[in-house]
Amino acid sequence: MSVTATEINAAAPDPEGYVNERVDLLTRVQIDRSCRQTVVWYYASAVVWLLLGSVFAMLSSIKMHNPDFLANYEWLTFGRVRPVHLNLVGYGWSSMAAVGTLLWLQARLCKVRLPFRRVLPVTCVIWNLTVFAGMIAILAGYSQGIEWLEFPPQALGSFAFIFVILLATSLKMFAERKVKHTYVSQWYLFAAVIWFPILYSIAVVSMQLPSVTGAAKATINWWFGHNTLGLWVTPVAIATSYFMIPKVIGKPIHSYHISLLGFWSLALFYNWAGTHHLVGGPLPAWIITVGIVGSMMMLIPVTTLAINHHLTMIGSFHMLKTSPTLRFVVFGSMVYTLVSAQGCFEALRSISRVAHFTHYTVAHAHLGLYGFFSMIMFGAYYYILPRLTRNEWSSAPLIKVHFWTAAGGVILYFAALTWAGWYQGEMMNNANIPFIQTVEYTRPYLIARSVGGMLMSIAHICFAILVWRILRTKPVSQFHGPTLLANPQSEAGLAS
Amino acid sequence: MNHRLTFYLGVLASILASAIGLVAIPNWQFRDLKPFMDDQGYEHPIAPFGARSVGRRVYTDLGCLYCHSQQVRAANFGADIDRGWGTRRSVARDYIFDNPPLMGTMRTGPDLANIGARQPSRQWHALHLYNPRITSPGSIMPSHGFLFRRTNVDGTPPVEAVLLPAKPGEAAAYIIPTERGEALIEYLKSLNHTYELPEAK
Repeated sequence: MSVTATEINAAAPDPEGYVNERVDLLTRVQIDRSCRQTVVWYYASAVVWLLLGSVFAMLSSIKMHNPDFLANYEWLTFGRVRPVHLNLVGYGWSSMAAVGTLLWLQARLCKVRLPFRRVLPVTCVIWNLTVFAGMIAILAGYSQGIEWLEFPPQALGSFAFIFVILLATSLKMFAERKVKHTYVSQWYLFAAVIWFPILYSIAVVSMQLPSVTGAAKATINWWFGHNTLGLWVTPVAIATSYFMIPKVIGKPIHSYHISLLGFWSLALFYNWAGTHHLVGGPLPAWIITVGIVGSMMMLIPVTTLAINHHLTMIGSFHMLKTSPTLRFVVFGSMVYTLVSAQGCFEALRSISRVAHFTHYTVAHAHLGLYGFFSMIMFGAYYYILPRLTRNEWSSAPLIKVHFWTAAGGVILYFAALTWAGWYQGEMMNNANIPFIQTVEYTRPYLIARSVGGMLMSIAHICFAILVWRILRTKPVSQFHGPTLLANPQSEAGLAS
Repeated sequence: MNHRLTFYLGVLASILASAIGLVAIPNWQFRDLKPFMDDQGYEHPIAPFGARSVGRRVYTDLGCLYCHSQQVRAANFGADIDRGWGTRRSVARDYIFDNPPLMGTMRTGPDLANIGARQPSRQWHALHLYNPRITSPGSIMPSHGFLFRRTNVDGTPPVEAVLLPAKPGEAAAYIIPTERGEALIEYLKSLNHTYELPEAK
């Protein structure tokens, strides 16, 4: 697919505006082609980790209500498959989908072709090897035993190398950008690429230092654990929704100024929020209080994002019926508002007294990483992959199944564990109730969680089939428009 | 972006500030924590040694921390002390030898900060690890049969054997912990923070 300006002129020797538009389109096509290999590799790898992560999720979930399920194999014991699930969906699926998305978004927003096209696919290979090695290490009993940092410390070498390349790529694209204006998504993407390597190196190094004491390590653990979510995957997802929502509905974001406030308040407060994971713990009160204050202050960026994302959507909600991208992204950004607001209050001592140490927290974590982040990434795939492959999604009904099983699964998951977790906490705080009753009470809800997980796994299989097909089938020779979930004409008729 | 430098500096400053606040300062605050010497001249806490230290590694690699915390909350915060999970709240000093820290964030199972004080018996831990439902009916903890060798009773069992409760229609059997199993039991039995510390009165 290479069209020259002469060809355009030959085909359409008309008004200037038209030619400019075609040149614009041409630039986009060229940028997409430059991203193709790298982003497709990252995206395809992410889907493989999503599937494998779902297998380990189901193993962990079933083991929680049927403890003798596959209990004879040490490498498949609950305490190993559960961290493997977390690391595969965290560092495999989420992070690799994030990298693919952020590279494409940056190239498009800077209007430059992706640089370093030889070495970027290599980073993808290294990333995969690192996650694979980390998975084997945990299964074989070499976990570091620190939540979110289970991988052996050698992983730091790979991630440091990869992020040097990613940072260089971002800086180069930004330096050579063809657009004067810097769109809000770019701040988030840039910041994410800078934040994650700093976070990861400080955390891994200080965990290895014998001079750092146990209680300090616990603090560092949650400074890192929460910031991985807040300063790495969250900014990428926010950047994606800032890009996708206006792009799909064809309207600018509600308020540009408020987005500035949203960005800097996130940078300022998210950093400090992590220690709410230690409420009630054996640490000085100030460490916990800082985390609670940071969490509460997060209401500012959350509100600004809610204003910008939801008010931009007003008047365009009917498009949720047609556009797969919009449906997933808007679902994700609505969940962001909910889960973040929940998180702010969950940090309070009065709520944590009950909710901490229970499934309530597990529900919250999944609503965030799945209902918010993963749903937005699914939306990004639906937008980006057709442009990279010059191909279309093979089946609108399958996309619908993907959406409804994913959304239904995570809602069931969240509802069951939130309810169970809260009562688990209330019962735990009442010494007259034997502890075993908290276990017995939650068991039916743990089964419901497995059902929710099963729905999400079905969603992932549909998604993987769609991705497989769009990558494997020959590009459609004639472009007959995007794959829509419903006929836009009939919808427009209804709306007018 | 006209203020590109401001942007980069802001992004860096935001994370470095929190790294100073939540990585450097806590460590600085805890750096002088030393074991406390009681009236009889015993130091608390003591560093794990020998089998306990191996057992701690087993506890970590089997992922016990994903269901069990090791921290007792204050009397006015939850019912940890009322449940008998500890005699006092845990404090930073309890963890000076803990690497990695195993405070945990989940209580699918009970807190283990003082499990050695609650369950000092090797036999109890062996049976519970082998099949938690023997000692704790209704438990959803996985069985850890791979930490034991099971043998049918034939003659006099060796001294380290733990007899399994008799089941109708089944031959009498006993279990012997593997090296890792024995180490884990030693570690669990050593979890005891019932000593007094001046800052946690």
